[in-house]
Amino acid sequence: MTGATATIGSGAVLGLQIRAMAVRSVIRLLRQPQAIVPSLVFPLFLLAVNVGGLDSATELPGFPTDSYLTFALAFTFIQSAIFSTMNAGQGLAQDIENGFFDRLVLTPMRPSALMVGQLIGLVMLGVLQAILYLAVGLAFGADFAAGPAGVVVLFALVVVISLGFGGIGLIMALRTGSGEAVQGMFPLMFVLLFFSSMALPRDLIETDWFRTVTDINPVSYLIEALRSLMVTGWDPEVLLLGFGIAIALALATISISARLLSGRMDR
Amino acid sequence: MTGGTESGPLRYLSSASGVAWRYLHNLYTRPSMFIPSLVFPLFFLAAFAGGLSVVGDAPNFDYYDFTAFQFCFILLQASTLAGVFAGFSIAGDFEMGMGRRLMLATRRRSSIVLGYGIGAAARLGVTWTIVTGVALAGGMEVAGGGLNLAGIYGLALLSNVAALLFSAGIALRFRSLQAGPLMQLPVFIILFLAPVYVPQELLTGWIEPIASVNPITALLSAARSLMAGEPTGVFGAYLVVFGLIALMGFWAIRGLRQAEAAG
Repeated sequence: MTGATATIGSGAVLGLQIRAMAVRSVIRLLRQPQAIVPSLVFPLFLLAVNVGGLDSATELPGFPTDSYLTFALAFTFIQSAIFSTMNAGQGLAQDIENGFFDRLVLTPMRPSALMVGQLIGLVMLGVLQAILYLAVGLAFGADFAAGPAGVVVLFALVVVISLGFGGIGLIMALRTGSGEAVQGMFPLMFVLLFFSSMALPRDLIETDWFRTVTDINPVSYLIEALRSLMVTGWDPEVLLLGFGIAIALALATISISARLLSGRMDR
Repeated sequence: MTGGTESGPLRYLSSASGVAWRYLHNLYTRPSMFIPSLVFPLFFLAAFAGGLSVVGDAPNFDYYDFTAFQFCFILLQASTLAGVFAGFSIAGDFEMGMGRRLMLATRRRSSIVLGYGIGAAARLGVTWTIVTGVALAGGMEVAGGGLNLAGIYGLALLSNVAALLFSAGIALRFRSLQAGPLMQLPVFIILFLAPVYVPQELLTGWIEPIASVNPITALLSAARSLMAGEPTGVFGAYLVVFGLIALMGFWAIRGLRQAEAAG
């Protein structure tokens, strides 16, 4: 009985801790427009540029849709996930750099609360971005072949992808403890995006080495899963592959960051 | 007295070359500074020329070689961003107090801006060699002759000067690296609002009217026509870039006066 009470109490305390950290993470993000605005605006700018510049690609034989906007919309979600990598990592790195993390270690706060709280804030931002991108895309005439149920699946996939990329940011922050080092990851993440099937379907990429890179780049499959909901409708194989990669990425990065976090708290 | 007057221009050039030498020395002894400026153009060249080559098969896309088509954009982009990166160095120097010491060391302070300008132009040699080499190794066909190529690199050099003067104006006003995005983002945006992926005639939607008034479009179209050996609009492009230099030169000098006033 006492044990059960203690267990319930412990769970409730953990819940409170997570909530406190999540609220802190969200408030901190909202107080840093310089961190949020680029992650909202930049993907839309690139989308607009690509749609204006590459619309003629839809006339190529084998292009899956006659609307380049519908085709390109998916990559905005991935690009915002890449920004969330930076936001998550930057937040934790700041906590380490300014001593907040060390002070936290002296309190009964559990490491998992800090990490989950950080990730919840990140997911909330990811969903907010997804709503904006989808609304802008639909307002400008993009199709959504999978219908309303597909929107739910899209958001579910966005959440898992945000967790996966957020985990990468946490790993960088915990390994380096430096916001500058986390920012230094940004170009590398951008390479993953540009060397994927973001601009053209893989089967239309003519350059052999580039197609090979896109084949082995997991970001291609994440984009294609999101894109399939807009262009094709329901494609179980593409969706399962996308979800599988996103879940594997999230599990791997979060478990690595949890281990790194425990190690850093034990120091 | 006479001697002092005669040595004025020499002293001015000596100050400028000192600043340029210091800039280049700092640049090439710190890999974190020069590697990104080399890697980014190559990355864009690979992503655009490699990943989008099928776009060259789109109906009405009549340029002779897609890699050459993209190379012209990448060359202008790399040259322009090299000017912006020099602006970062100006801002960093002022943030650390070096800029103030430079101002105390010379009477005609425009030589400081000239020095960074010489440094920014000098670094282009390395960037151009690598980007051109990689493009040629990637199978780029050059249809234009030597004079045409000189015309392309001339446009790239002048766009570097215009970008340097623009970012120097920002750097001298803010005197802090915090102003970095203010230098980089407008240049990045104006570059991508030009016909990057397809010729101007194939642009659709909102970007088409913007591209038609974007000065970078004139430079890019002229560079592509020179590369194809069929020069069109080259005089206009040079006129545009000299106009930009005059405008940005005024902007930079006003920024210099603000930096002087701030002490």
